[in-house]
Amino acid sequence: MSEFASGTLSAKNIHLSFGSNHVLRGIDLHVPQGTTASVIGPSGSGKSTLLRVMNRLIEPDQGDILLDGRSVLKDNPDELRRRIGMVFQQFNLFPHKTVVENVSLALQKLRKLPKDQARAQALEQLDLVGLKHKADSRPANLSGGQQQRVAIARALAMNPEVMFFDEATSALDPELVKGVLALMTDLAKGGMTMVVVTHEMGFSRNVSDAVTFMDAGVVVESGPPEQLFTEPRTDRLKGFLSDVL
Amino acid sequence: MDILKQLADTFLDWKAMGEVIPKMFAVGLPNTLVLAIISGIIGTALGMLLALMGISRNAAARWVARVYTDILRGLPPVLTILVIGFGFGPIIRELTGSTSPYPMAVAALSLMSGAYIGEIFRSGIQSVDKGQLEASRALGFGYGASMRLVVVPQGIRRVLPALVNQFIALIKESSLVFLLGLLATEREIFQIGKDAASTTGNLSPYVAAAVFYLVLTVPLTHFVNWIDRRLRNGRPEKKEPDDAAAVVGKGAQA
Repeated sequence: MSEFASGTLSAKNIHLSFGSNHVLRGIDLHVPQGTTASVIGPSGSGKSTLLRVMNRLIEPDQGDILLDGRSVLKDNPDELRRRIGMVFQQFNLFPHKTVVENVSLALQKLRKLPKDQARAQALEQLDLVGLKHKADSRPANLSGGQQQRVAIARALAMNPEVMFFDEATSALDPELVKGVLALMTDLAKGGMTMVVVTHEMGFSRNVSDAVTFMDAGVVVESGPPEQLFTEPRTDRLKGFLSDVL
Repeated sequence: MDILKQLADTFLDWKAMGEVIPKMFAVGLPNTLVLAIISGIIGTALGMLLALMGISRNAAARWVARVYTDILRGLPPVLTILVIGFGFGPIIRELTGSTSPYPMAVAALSLMSGAYIGEIFRSGIQSVDKGQLEASRALGFGYGASMRLVVVPQGIRRVLPALVNQFIALIKESSLVFLLGLLATEREIFQIGKDAASTTGNLSPYVAAAVFYLVLTVPLTHFVNWIDRRLRNGRPEKKEPDDAAAVVGKGAQA
């Protein structure tokens, strides 16, 4: 039983070029409902770009994206993004709004909830990430870990079917990483469908259901975490793991 | 001592000043304020439009904004006011019957300040981290709503000091309206000083006018500095350690 409105997400044969730079070269990724897929790989391998293509912040040149088995490329991209929450490396909270306003903004303007109701729901979300007491602070007055948890609450407030995490702990001080990873673990165990681009090999290995290793715009290897981490078949994955572990 | 006395007579003739000051309060000050405030409001709206055109994805809109800005910023204010005032004034007179040069002066001042304010807004909006637009779009906001709710408000905040500087410039440039010829009731601070100076042959009325301008502009200058400090330092609030973080997730124990 899932506490989230989670869906199944698939990317099929995604190609993307920036000018002559072929960034994604035929990527396939299948994330069944309620599972967590982690995407690992060296910098510049196209992991973060893949996330942005899957919620159409960047339109692919070729390929298809399916949510619950249906292609979403013809839909209004704004409506697609309301179904997919995204958490960024640099948090990207809105600095001119208070913490609770960051979370309630989309509820109020997109879900068209009355102001007090949007605030009440936002406070509920903040409570879930343990930051209700910071509701009326500005993001700048929060630690990085707190800001990232607010960003997670902001994404969750829209009740998304899928959550994307783009190196969500990479910009955090080491002592703050744990709290954010714990929250992500809770979401994964709660049945949220998640795609996690990460350098946290511990999270990838212990929490995710499937791991995809990307390098130079292609999926080099994918499978269950045990298989990839204990019996890597390709030299590229072996090399990558020996560099990061 | 002759020189000092001569200077005092020229610049600090209290009688000449005393005669001109009531008129400056009653006529000059309101007219200057009306000119500066209306032009400021229209110029700000025009500037925002130009800024949004300047960063739009539509090449034609960008080009129009660029050309407009280059021309209006590149001309001396005197020339713009004369050309617009005498060029379009007769047409307006014919259409509305109004002989007041004020609409033309307001138009010229607005068009000029719009070009400057547009550049101020554009630089402010472009200085906002692109992650802000991305985060807003990822939530499901369209480009327009993201700009309106997230990017533009942050951009404006950053350029408030530059914007106030532009209002100061506008107060000063409003004096150029005298070039268009003003009726007695239409005269603003500078023109009243100029009239009195030419009838008395004494420069003290100009000094009085200068004091009026400074009373308007100096507080604004300090207001700029205040905003600047406020934006740089923010309201201090104590940071708390992130100790709550570790106990939030049940996953921490898993």
